[in-house]
Amino acid sequence: MARIPSIYPHVWRAPLLIWQGLFFVGPLILMVAMSFWLVRNYRMEPDFVLANWERMLTRDYFWSAYQVTFLRASLAAALASLFAFPASYALAFKVSATARRWAIFFLIVPFFTSYLVRVYAWQVLLAESGPVNAVIGFAGMGPFTMLNSGFGAMVGYLTLVMPLVVILQTFSLAAIDRNLIEAAWNLGASPRRTLVRVIVPAARVGLILGAVFAFILSFGDFVSPFYLGGSKPPTLSILIIDTTKSGQQWPRAAVVAVMMILTLFTVAFAAVGAAYRRKA
Amino acid sequence: MRLPILFFRLYLLALFAFVFAPIVTSTVFSFNSDRFPTMPLGHFTTQWYQTAFARPEVWEAFRNSMTVALSAATLSTALGFATAYTDFRFGFRFKSAYLALALLPPTIPLVIMGLAMLAWLGQLGLSGSITGIIIAHTVMAAPFAMAICRMRLQQMDASLEAAAWNLGASPWRAMRVVVVPFCLPAIISAFCLTAAVSFDEFIVAWFVSGLNRTVPVMILEILQGNVDPQINAIGTVVFITSITLVVAAQLLLLGRTAR
Repeated sequence: MARIPSIYPHVWRAPLLIWQGLFFVGPLILMVAMSFWLVRNYRMEPDFVLANWERMLTRDYFWSAYQVTFLRASLAAALASLFAFPASYALAFKVSATARRWAIFFLIVPFFTSYLVRVYAWQVLLAESGPVNAVIGFAGMGPFTMLNSGFGAMVGYLTLVMPLVVILQTFSLAAIDRNLIEAAWNLGASPRRTLVRVIVPAARVGLILGAVFAFILSFGDFVSPFYLGGSKPPTLSILIIDTTKSGQQWPRAAVVAVMMILTLFTVAFAAVGAAYRRKA
Repeated sequence: MRLPILFFRLYLLALFAFVFAPIVTSTVFSFNSDRFPTMPLGHFTTQWYQTAFARPEVWEAFRNSMTVALSAATLSTALGFATAYTDFRFGFRFKSAYLALALLPPTIPLVIMGLAMLAWLGQLGLSGSITGIIIAHTVMAAPFAMAICRMRLQQMDASLEAAAWNLGASPWRAMRVVVVPFCLPAIISAFCLTAAVSFDEFIVAWFVSGLNRTVPVMILEILQGNVDPQINAIGTVVFITSITLVVAAQLLLLGRTAR
């Protein structure tokens, strides 16, 4: 390594520091600073006032939006984890390694594919006279109003997070040492007991990570609550967009954004702590 | 609680049906003659494609998206490769902070990135420009490129590069003739995936784009009006584009790891 000219490592290391410093850390710091700025005559002026914080944090609409967003994201994380688990279990234990690889292949594709258009497609599918109600109609029920409701928003959240949650769960389940499971059986544990006492604890990291990512993505999402949830009640992301786009109140939007980031960091750290905690 | 294999088969089927239903729906309804999404379907038509692609602003949006995706993919792949190589080759102080910085962007909600970028690019005099969108997309896509290149480097015998040095190659030459060729499938794969990420991103683009709309931003703005089957037509083209890119990205990686 001694022969390496000293500039060589820096050429590879510096680009990220420069780029992310300029265009990732910089914008975020500006946003935090902006939350203390003043808006006068529709123009922002650099300042250090707490007016925006006071204004937002004393308003009921902020806290009700906060509550709705937090509860919905928690519910989405719980439902996604629950619905994903049997599928991940099947992919980890009931199919061949090749089938598992292809299943993950086909889960990665939609994760990176036009979430916006997929949400629009749900608008079509869940419409009053759309295909889903047509199927329900065959069973002699409905039609149900599924759009512009919490249900609609939840379908959207699950569309967003489901592939990722299944992938993370499958990886952690497939990585479990099979000997552990066989040992549990040989010792006379029932399948249910094996699942609860051996498999779930052993796959804990992946299960928690799946739920955390589901929470993070749903918490920040704007499309589902807006187009499928009917934006009533508004979520924090809708609040940010309304405040930014219509009111010229960027500093107030920045307050909401900082609160969101603080929440996400808290949740992520707590969850990762729980995931990697040594067993008591 | 021992469940029959049939249960798991059906469950997987249901899961994939849920995940792929929107993509299939959009495609089916893009060829359906009825204006509103009712059952049963009307007859087959390509009129929505014709009306959509007769509009110059649709072509304009596709051109913008292409420019943004290709530029952002080039930049973020270069950035991602350099970062992955740094992680692979060098140890240094604060490395974990460095890696956190490299991988953090996708965890920040897009709405927040949009707001922060809007303010920052405004300060730099870049708001409303295509350049601004490219910058923002590079930030968001680079971690994916980094992850792909890092996985590939993991498969490289570290002594390969050292052997090149011992045979008298400069580190630059070793990079050119050993590391880059070995990583080439991952580099192309990263390029495809980051292009897909950029092509599909619309929230930050919507915040910073001004009049230079990309395709998803245009869809977002049409959506705020009425139900319009043209979205299905444009959306199907978008699906085909991003699915092709993501499939290509994965096949490039799978083909090599199997060796």
